[in-house]
Amino acid sequence: MYKYFPHTESDITEMLGRIGVSSLDDLYAEIPESIRFDKEYNLKKSMSEDEVRAYFKNLGALNHPLISFAGDGAYDHYSPAVIGQLIARSEFLTAYTPYQPEISQGTLQYIFEFQSMICELTGMECCNASMYDGATAAAEAMLMAIAHAKKRNKVIVSRTLSERVIAVVETYARFHGVTLEFIPEKEGVTDKTVMEQMLAADDVAGVMVSSPNRYGIIEDFTGVADTAHAHKSLLIAYADPSTLAVLKTPGEWGADIACGDGQSLGMPLNFGGPYVGYLASTRDLVRKLPGRIVGATTDVDGKRAFVLTLQAREQHIRRQKANSNICSNQSLMALYVTIYMALMGKQGLREVNEKSYAGAHYLCDKLLATGKFSLCYDKPFLKEFAVKTSLNRESLMKHLEEKGFLAGTPVAGSKEAILFCVTEKRTREEIDNLVSLIEQEG
Amino acid sequence: MKYYNKLIFEISKPGRIGYALPQIDFGNYSLSDLPETLRRETPAELPEVSELDVVRHYTNVSNKNFGVETGFYPLGSCTMKYNPKINEEMASMESFTTLHPMQSEESVQGALRLYYELAQALSEISGLAEFTLNPFAGAHGELTGLMLMRQYHIKRGDLKRTKVIVPDSAHGTNPASAAVCGLEIVEVPSTPEGTIDVDKLEPLLDDTIAGIMMTNPNTLGIFEKEIPRIAKLVHDCGGLLYYDGANLNPLLGRCRPGDMGFDIMHINLHKTFSTPHGGGGPGSGPVGVVAALVDYLPRPRVVKKGDRYAIEGHDDSIGSISGFFGNFGVMMRAYAYILSLGKENLKHAGELATLNANYVKDSLKDCYYLPIEGICKHEFVFDGLLDKSTGVTTLDIAKRLLDYGYHAPTIYFPLLFHQSIMIEPTETESKETLDEFIEVMRTVAREAIDDPELVKSAPHVTPVRRLDETTAAKNPVLRFRDLNN
Repeated sequence: MYKYFPHTESDITEMLGRIGVSSLDDLYAEIPESIRFDKEYNLKKSMSEDEVRAYFKNLGALNHPLISFAGDGAYDHYSPAVIGQLIARSEFLTAYTPYQPEISQGTLQYIFEFQSMICELTGMECCNASMYDGATAAAEAMLMAIAHAKKRNKVIVSRTLSERVIAVVETYARFHGVTLEFIPEKEGVTDKTVMEQMLAADDVAGVMVSSPNRYGIIEDFTGVADTAHAHKSLLIAYADPSTLAVLKTPGEWGADIACGDGQSLGMPLNFGGPYVGYLASTRDLVRKLPGRIVGATTDVDGKRAFVLTLQAREQHIRRQKANSNICSNQSLMALYVTIYMALMGKQGLREVNEKSYAGAHYLCDKLLATGKFSLCYDKPFLKEFAVKTSLNRESLMKHLEEKGFLAGTPVAGSKEAILFCVTEKRTREEIDNLVSLIEQEG
Repeated sequence: MKYYNKLIFEISKPGRIGYALPQIDFGNYSLSDLPETLRRETPAELPEVSELDVVRHYTNVSNKNFGVETGFYPLGSCTMKYNPKINEEMASMESFTTLHPMQSEESVQGALRLYYELAQALSEISGLAEFTLNPFAGAHGELTGLMLMRQYHIKRGDLKRTKVIVPDSAHGTNPASAAVCGLEIVEVPSTPEGTIDVDKLEPLLDDTIAGIMMTNPNTLGIFEKEIPRIAKLVHDCGGLLYYDGANLNPLLGRCRPGDMGFDIMHINLHKTFSTPHGGGGPGSGPVGVVAALVDYLPRPRVVKKGDRYAIEGHDDSIGSISGFFGNFGVMMRAYAYILSLGKENLKHAGELATLNANYVKDSLKDCYYLPIEGICKHEFVFDGLLDKSTGVTTLDIAKRLLDYGYHAPTIYFPLLFHQSIMIEPTETESKETLDEFIEVMRTVAREAIDDPELVKSAPHVTPVRRLDETTAAKNPVLRFRDLNN
């Protein structure tokens, strides 16, 4: 027997008796012999807790955690100690989707708070209870635009989006049968002239843009929403939510849908997951918003309470014509960023950006001063920037890695560009050390 | 205890903070240097609270929840088994949690090896050639699996195959995933015994069929014993078989989807492999395939080369379905579980889950209506009370169970019956827990006769009582800003 299984031999005998069979094998009698598995799995033997610990420790020793100057969709922001402790509470951790609201007010309330805070950051009017990650949230945003447009089947996407987000959007588009076209970039930002020409065909359901974009550049979307709306197209804005405490929000730009990855809101890097996506929209589109949504209501005694709402939507009542198959959400990760936003609050998130901005610009200036780097584009940025190096990019990054630094990420499609990121966690000493290592190169 | 009913926004006070950041002087750099058109016009109204405010608030909020560690959670089809503590400890190891997903292969060999070994273990357990761990959840795994199915036909130039067969007892996500994947759904009915009607399946099979999606045991907890015949028929017509792994738990050590003839499957790590459900997620939905489909697996793909682990992606791949490598933290928990149980104990998880379900079923079928007799696997379905004259519905029974300190079973699913009560006890519950639950179910059945109003107006002792869902949907209030307006 095993510590997770409470059955004694006499329990098993007694229970089999109630069922009217004589052995556990009898419970599998209907499985045809030809497909029974009667061997032992070719797996490792059962390990004690200490053996499991040692096994993981040995695996962990094969990794090299690095001081991160990389962003590119995964950011090394400060993560308060409080969060890990609170989300480990079993009432949060071991519950499931709040199907029984009377005993799930905890989950329902924090999701309502998550929705409220994401709406505050993005300037949007409604938000669902979370998505898997930023890239799949963008894919869902595309499907929303198609569902909204009814007769249009094309979405246009700016080439300045992260190529990893584009890759996921492309996969979903190909299989769902959405026509995807790309707006070229010009000087590191979306080419608005070409975008207008593409919209003028009057067959575009949605236009997807990003700021900050794949080069870290903060794009200026002045007039973009008006152009999109003039051609009956929706504007979808992909944005790093952490930066929205200080940057113009999707709501302020006039976007209809906002999406992105919540990882930047204090979540650990965790080798890429679990993170949490967000998907927010205007009130007009609430019935096209996929996934779970929590609303406020009252119970029979008049007490304020929260409940899953707008469930009678397309994917439930006409499931064969669904535009989304989202069933669960990333609830616990939504709680993670909710607690983060509560702790950092109105001032803290601004301060995170102020400090990241200062560190990033300090590093950028120091890199340029080495004479071995030049900016890819001289445009406004916040915590990420792309530079070209005259050194051999691969050997430089490898060398810095050996010294304990993750010196940015290579920009796809270029042989010499690197995207650097500085968060509020990076000290002046770390930056100075990185730059002096680079100075010794080449 | 007094009911706590404040939102974090309602304990906020201007000027209060709950954080401290390092003070570093980088010289004269300021956000105000950014052009004004790029800056936010009005501040985000986030809460202003102290650290203790936050801790106390979310502790009080958690007290309004019910989890597996609070009590018995027999939610059918969700496999709410115990979530071992060692898994949590392993998932928080800093040598993994601090890894950036864009680090070089050389610097993340431990993480890649864990990914690879877990995928190998799942292949062994399933009898399939290779797994991707990138899908984020069960439904995401279904979508990925169907993309693989379509890619297989597309790469063979067989473009007519645009339909997928789904049984009428399927999980709701099956047809939704098929629709998102651009497939047309053809429904196949069940026999009175609750399994796929093979005679009605046969005429549906032609050269437009991409494949079939099945759950085995199905959502009634019944093993589809005609599966060898079904597999042959579907393969003979050129289609593929997809296995929805939501119900894999009872088959551990007894029967493998690959051996049954399935070509593609997903596994819910948060069900069979004990990772916590987290109030709805994060889950993880690894997808396994037979050798013929391996090249189509999504990017990135983790492979072994000699004694090193590498990141790859084949040209014929369906593409990316996730930003990075999926929910890595969930994989760590599942692997800790597999290592803990080992080959000796995995089988017991399956058979004891089956024992528990049959025990509860046979202890209650004299007061609840059991539409399909016989041995079930990990779960079973009652169609409401045996005595329907009381007017007490499945919803009422579910709500009354909350008063007695239980989470309710899954209700009104599957859609085959009007009053479905779907019970899945899992293997981690003791006979004593089951006996108490059985006694309470019998009490509720008696109450339905003796005092139906008591049951119809339940719950009575939960933090809140029945909610006004109609007003919530008619006039949706979805954020704090809209409350009280």
